[in-house]
Amino acid sequence: MSPLLPKRGRPWTADPGHIHDAPEPPPMPNEQELVGRDIPPEEVEVLRATYEEREPHGEPAPVPEPAEVEVPRQLAEEIRRAMSRYPQKRSAAIPALWAVQRRYGWCTPEGIRQAAAVMGVTPGYLQSVASFYDLFRLEPEGEHQVLVCTNISCWLRGADKLLESFCEAAGVDGQGSSEDGKLFVRGFECLGACDIAPMASIDERYYGPLTEEDATAAVEQLRKDSKEVLPEKRLEDRKVAGGADAKEVKG
Amino acid sequence: MASQETRLLFRNIDEPGLASIDTYRKLGGYEAIDKAFKEMTPEEVLKEVEDSGLRGRGGAGFAMGKKASFLPRGDMDKYLCCNADESEPGAFKDRELMQKNPHQLIEGLIIAARAAGANRCFIYIRGEYDLQGDILDRAVEEAYDSSFLGEDVLGTGEQVELVVHRGAGAYICGEETALLDSLEGKRGNPRLKPPFPAVQGLYDGPTLINNVETLSNVPHIIGSGAKWFTSLGTEQSPGTKVVSVSGDVKRPGNYEVELGIPTRVLIEELAGGPLEGREIKGFFPGGSSSPVLKAEEGLDLPYSFEAMQEAGSMLGSGSIIVFDDTTSVVELALRTARFYHHESCGKCTPCREGTNWTVKMLERMIRGQATPIDLETVASVQDNIIGNCLCVLGDSMAMPVGAMVKKFREEFMDAIEHGVPGATLGAPSGDPVIAPAGQEPMPARVGVA
Repeated sequence: MSPLLPKRGRPWTADPGHIHDAPEPPPMPNEQELVGRDIPPEEVEVLRATYEEREPHGEPAPVPEPAEVEVPRQLAEEIRRAMSRYPQKRSAAIPALWAVQRRYGWCTPEGIRQAAAVMGVTPGYLQSVASFYDLFRLEPEGEHQVLVCTNISCWLRGADKLLESFCEAAGVDGQGSSEDGKLFVRGFECLGACDIAPMASIDERYYGPLTEEDATAAVEQLRKDSKEVLPEKRLEDRKVAGGADAKEVKG
Repeated sequence: MASQETRLLFRNIDEPGLASIDTYRKLGGYEAIDKAFKEMTPEEVLKEVEDSGLRGRGGAGFAMGKKASFLPRGDMDKYLCCNADESEPGAFKDRELMQKNPHQLIEGLIIAARAAGANRCFIYIRGEYDLQGDILDRAVEEAYDSSFLGEDVLGTGEQVELVVHRGAGAYICGEETALLDSLEGKRGNPRLKPPFPAVQGLYDGPTLINNVETLSNVPHIIGSGAKWFTSLGTEQSPGTKVVSVSGDVKRPGNYEVELGIPTRVLIEELAGGPLEGREIKGFFPGGSSSPVLKAEEGLDLPYSFEAMQEAGSMLGSGSIIVFDDTTSVVELALRTARFYHHESCGKCTPCREGTNWTVKMLERMIRGQATPIDLETVASVQDNIIGNCLCVLGDSMAMPVGAMVKKFREEFMDAIEHGVPGATLGAPSGDPVIAPAGQEPMPARVGVA
């Protein structure tokens, strides 16, 4: 992808806000509208010029002064505890982001700034770490998270249909959050549970093998915030496969 | 006929409460640690592990004792990282081992730390394994309380600290140098080797990195001796192996066997064989990154590191994914390629671009928009990835996809002609820039210089 164009799906004007106070960049049509369209050369020139003349983003934000950032006590303690466990404090970047995400539901700019203040790193640094990993949410998402594995083993056993059923039940198109904000559904790369394929990770717990009816039932239970979701499909309660007259050895 | 399973790591695996230290000790756990710290010197422990011939169970199959012996001696901080970032499609053995028997891993880790002279240990577990992470956290706390961990292990004055570190969803962090970067709090990009981690790894210190299953073997080797351990398995691959079998079989799951048993036994007897009325078309013998084998060439091979290598594939992490005659190999290739495309960290061009283009071309084939030359291009892209990147993520796509093109060529030719009807493509990953046959080329993208 061209370095000039933003990542698909995220508006190019997205301004992380907390990093600097740059003036609003001029609007640019999104890439999908441009690809495959016959655009007169003059227009292309105008677009390019507009882009190039845009205000530069300015200097990245420095390390926040701890005194200037109000950090909830519990969050600060959690991050400090994580830092104390490693020889170098930077190692606590991922634990700190987890703590931010648990507290605010996603890695909010303000949460990242708070973590940066506690850790003594720039918010940009933590943002760069957060954007690398699939499990960090960079925008608000539905309250209950459903990740449907769509990789090889699950796909062979009907994962695409399962994902469709989850989306349908949640009223989500392809992937994303439901309108009531209760659910977030997306297809995910291998979750490491091919033995219970097709499967899904629901609020960080594994369930499988799932049928289309299970998807509907699970979504209903999640909407009602019921304590137990698909109790008979929990990975936790499964025994190891095989085992009938297995030879057990010990020296 | 007696079952073909041999349970060493899986002994007592479904015993209620095995994840707690009391039950684990009641069943003989933490006895080897006593022996390793009170009756043996670090050199003797290392020698025992070397003599056992234990090969790494994470994929490369490198001898663990040898790897540990590469660490320099001396008084500096040394690190031991347990790689629990199991994310390869088809692999789920470490999940079971950590969830059901976390103390076996912790005991192995402490003993390995003694062998390597490491005082700071980490378990890098993938973020998706939240349940297993919680179980490990609890188990580590119990081990600290019983003074198996801490500043003074079992009153011997030795220090071993252990931290469970959770990732946050990135396959690349299972690559050992990317794992180190991630553990240092950075984006998980692989490093240039050399220097190898044994010399300059975590925080630039000497570092030993081992897989969960490898370390889980260590208490048994120290407890019962290397000699006993080598009586299991084959001469070159001693011990047992937990094999994950999944895909189109009746009883997918983890089966612990002695290496060298016929692959057919694993797939057809233990995992129950193909679904009713179907036939096995082929399988990945060692996870999604191993070159696929056709049923007729692979089923009768012994399941061992050597035999799989000889057949042009690999045992890898020991994960068999079976696909049957209802599967389109072109679609399978796309699923495989998409995974690596998604997980490529983007540092090296051949991998970043190669995975991207492979996905695009396979999508065109499935839509029936490809030309015969695309097949040659797909094959040549794979050749150009292999060996040209810092790590083997790109190779891990190139090898299976290359093998699929080679072994199931007629299916690809057929797709080029007619597409793959009924295939679920999902969202397209990008528009083809090279125009399909007989169509006008797309206008260049705006902004592309």
